[in-house]
Amino acid sequence: MMEFKSINKVVAKKDSQALVTGQPVYTEDIMPKDCLIVKVLRSPHARAIVKKVNKSAAEKIPGIVCIVTADDVPKSRFTIAGQTYPEPSPYDRLILDKQIRFVGDAVALVAGTNQAAVDKALRAIRVEYEVQEPLLDFTKALDNDIVVHPEDDWKPLVDVGGDNKRNLVAKACDRHGDIDAVLASSDVVIDRTYHTRQNQQAAMETFRAYAYKDAFGRLTIVSSTQVPFHVRRVVSHALEISKSKVRVIKPRIGGGFGSKQTVVMEVYPAFIAWLTGKPAYMVYSREESLTVSTPRHESQIRVVLGASKDGHIRGILLDSLWNAGAYGEHTPTTVTLSGHKSIPLYNAAEAFQFSYTCVYTNTIAAGAYRGYGATQGLFALETAVNELAEALHMSPVELRFKNMVRQNQVLPAYFNETALSCTLDKCLERVVSMSGWDDASPRKVLPNGHIQSVGLAIAMQGSSVSNVDVASVTIKVNDDGFYTLHIGATDMGTGCDTILAQIAAECLMCSVDDIVTDGVDTDTSPYDSGSYASSTTYLTGNAVVKTCESLIRRMKELAAVKLGLSDTDLDDLEFDGKAITCLQNGKSITVRDLGNGAMFMNGIALEATESSYSPTSPPPYMAGAATIDVDPETGHIALLKYDAVIDCGTVINPSLARVQAEGGIVQAIGMALTENVQYTPTGRLQNNSFMQYRLPTRLDVGPVNVEFEPSYEPNGPFGAKSIGELVIDSPSPAIAHAVYNATGVWVRDLPITAEKLYQAMKHKNL
Amino acid sequence: MMITYWLNGKKSSADIEPGMMLYDFLRSQGCYSVKCGCETTNCGLCTVWVNDVPVLSCAVLAVRIDGCQVTTLEGLQEDAKEFAYYMGLQGADQCGFCNPGFVMNVLAMVRRFDSPTEDDIKEFLSGNLCRCTGYMSHMRAIKEYFKAKGKEVRS
Repeated sequence: MMEFKSINKVVAKKDSQALVTGQPVYTEDIMPKDCLIVKVLRSPHARAIVKKVNKSAAEKIPGIVCIVTADDVPKSRFTIAGQTYPEPSPYDRLILDKQIRFVGDAVALVAGTNQAAVDKALRAIRVEYEVQEPLLDFTKALDNDIVVHPEDDWKPLVDVGGDNKRNLVAKACDRHGDIDAVLASSDVVIDRTYHTRQNQQAAMETFRAYAYKDAFGRLTIVSSTQVPFHVRRVVSHALEISKSKVRVIKPRIGGGFGSKQTVVMEVYPAFIAWLTGKPAYMVYSREESLTVSTPRHESQIRVVLGASKDGHIRGILLDSLWNAGAYGEHTPTTVTLSGHKSIPLYNAAEAFQFSYTCVYTNTIAAGAYRGYGATQGLFALETAVNELAEALHMSPVELRFKNMVRQNQVLPAYFNETALSCTLDKCLERVVSMSGWDDASPRKVLPNGHIQSVGLAIAMQGSSVSNVDVASVTIKVNDDGFYTLHIGATDMGTGCDTILAQIAAECLMCSVDDIVTDGVDTDTSPYDSGSYASSTTYLTGNAVVKTCESLIRRMKELAAVKLGLSDTDLDDLEFDGKAITCLQNGKSITVRDLGNGAMFMNGIALEATESSYSPTSPPPYMAGAATIDVDPETGHIALLKYDAVIDCGTVINPSLARVQAEGGIVQAIGMALTENVQYTPTGRLQNNSFMQYRLPTRLDVGPVNVEFEPSYEPNGPFGAKSIGELVIDSPSPAIAHAVYNATGVWVRDLPITAEKLYQAMKHKNL
Repeated sequence: MMITYWLNGKKSSADIEPGMMLYDFLRSQGCYSVKCGCETTNCGLCTVWVNDVPVLSCAVLAVRIDGCQVTTLEGLQEDAKEFAYYMGLQGADQCGFCNPGFVMNVLAMVRRFDSPTEDDIKEFLSGNLCRCTGYMSHMRAIKEYFKAKGKEVRS
């Protein structure tokens, strides 16, 4: 392996002292003190038409500045999905709409000088609704008589097969080979359907933003967002104002996990600040965050696998039904990952078919959550493969070794990309030994009657959206030769500011401390699509490498001038991190003198900007094993330990990569076991607080053991691929497998609660 | 309603609304380390000390601190910096939003225990949610921190 100086090393995050000591660095800590407080009046009905809003009593409450209803807002539809323009998500939202589409949909905005006045006004507004029957069951949504989006100005920018009059957001089918013939001639065929529910990202910092007009009459929005450049576009569309009028700043943000890849609420304080000219602040309560932000899409996925008797998986059919909920944010794109980031794992298949249908219902609008559709697809496909192993009377490990993707294979189910870096086989080998998996007895009965068992799964993801995402980087040389690294990617706690500084330090042969980083400001930061789609280390990392190369060339140009060597070929000048030296005559100038010299009688700007995009999206891989303890009398499942081995290419920062993995795995354990989203028969969310929506606590998880099996990705910076999303993909199928090994019951509906497992075991008379 | 209290060692008085929660009061006094992550006393982000005992400031009326010593992370900066070193090396700080409440409980714990077990630590910190880390790195950082304090964590 290559020897590195700054990467592949543990470096504390540059902001870690500030964060752990509680410095005021988040949106609410730095907002102006005279902000108007903005809140939303929300519908208690899942489907209704707002006939009349009587706000006269509320407006008289002292401190109330304005109350805005659907009559007062611009009339052009937009999407709040943070995606590259033109967004694949349909333009189906207004700031406020008379048609109510789910419980919690916005009816009016109230702005006032203090919270008590705003709360009082919310209670004093009288709304007359025409209540309508809601459409809550997504399996019945297509062509239902109830139409969630009846409007004529529903507008898709990209044709993804949608038709709002049919409740259809997107629909497509992708095939390779003759799937019908392959399935018909397979020795063993299994046909199973799986169900996953909405999951809440539940970042500890809820959604919040403030907005104000600056000295130039422009609107500045400070937001806890993953996508500042997309916020600028979305706000400009929603308010019908020029993009040049909008500036977005991202300070430190308290977690995202995809939730802040959607512009969930920025348009509200932005509209109030634009309307009133006064600074306006809005913060979502936890209840609001759980009720009206955009959770993971509910899915129903049918998997048909055809195999030969000796365990060759010959055909894969995967059909996803996707619940968009009330609006279509990220729906047409998340669904594609359910097939494109699962089927390629079994690359030995002769044929595959991946089809999907995405529908509107009157439930919470879903959106982006770490894994972005791959998580649902991999729960279904990996569980189906484990079920196939059982049907074949074959070890699930052996079955995978026979069929899994290997390095240098061309992947027909992954846009014919070549797997240039892949150690998945070694990952699986190691996780089998870490977990103590035993083909002969994956379960044992303990003296107390509990059953201990192990389950396995593998997973993949991508690294950036190929041929779409753009990452740009600017690096500047300053006095005494320190560097400023400007990025448009957003550190949401993952540590990308530090990781990218490590990559820059490696290229510029300096200490990580010599590289200064900051948050993002759309006025001054170079463009980046944002931190999502596992793009930052890979794509922005590549842009850092490219920028450093340009910058070194720039520094050599200035060095040549300062050394009086203007005729010298720049290739004869050597940069060693400390100085630039002429190989011909030994003349040298230090980076320090160069930095200071750039500010004295100089015509060469010592900075460089470069952009990257990627024609490929190299998959990182993982193998995971869950060890659980099941109490057969209650159905209670305890997660004793989780073992994972990961191929994310070169590990840039081992501590931060490990924490990404551990954190993602524990989120997924929550998804598999305790995090439940349930609606009342009228469509109201029941799990609207942390009392009911149960995130794992530190008492709920045994040790999570993470190891790395690095490949070298030739297209990545120093061989790196992504890690952030991948790690949430293997636990739910591995846990479902362990549950089967313990009880003989396949639970195909997440989460696997004690109640559900108990009922399933009873039904089977175990 | 008038109250007199000591905030991070400094004596002060304030005239406050009887219904005001300690969380809101502390932020109004510039203690921005104190965070809120839920409304249902589940997350632990708003943890502060009242008379050296950790409490959830979102669930305590501000009038209750009359005559009490209140400590926030602003008043424990040296301890926090020391612990931050171990958190940083583990990458356990992550987004940082849950850190202040968590650190308040860690600093209370290090004062209370000399040789806790891992289970003691998990139990003590069970009220502090974290969505980023999955908790493992917290334990590694705490073990190193206890070691630096001349204490040990038993497995």
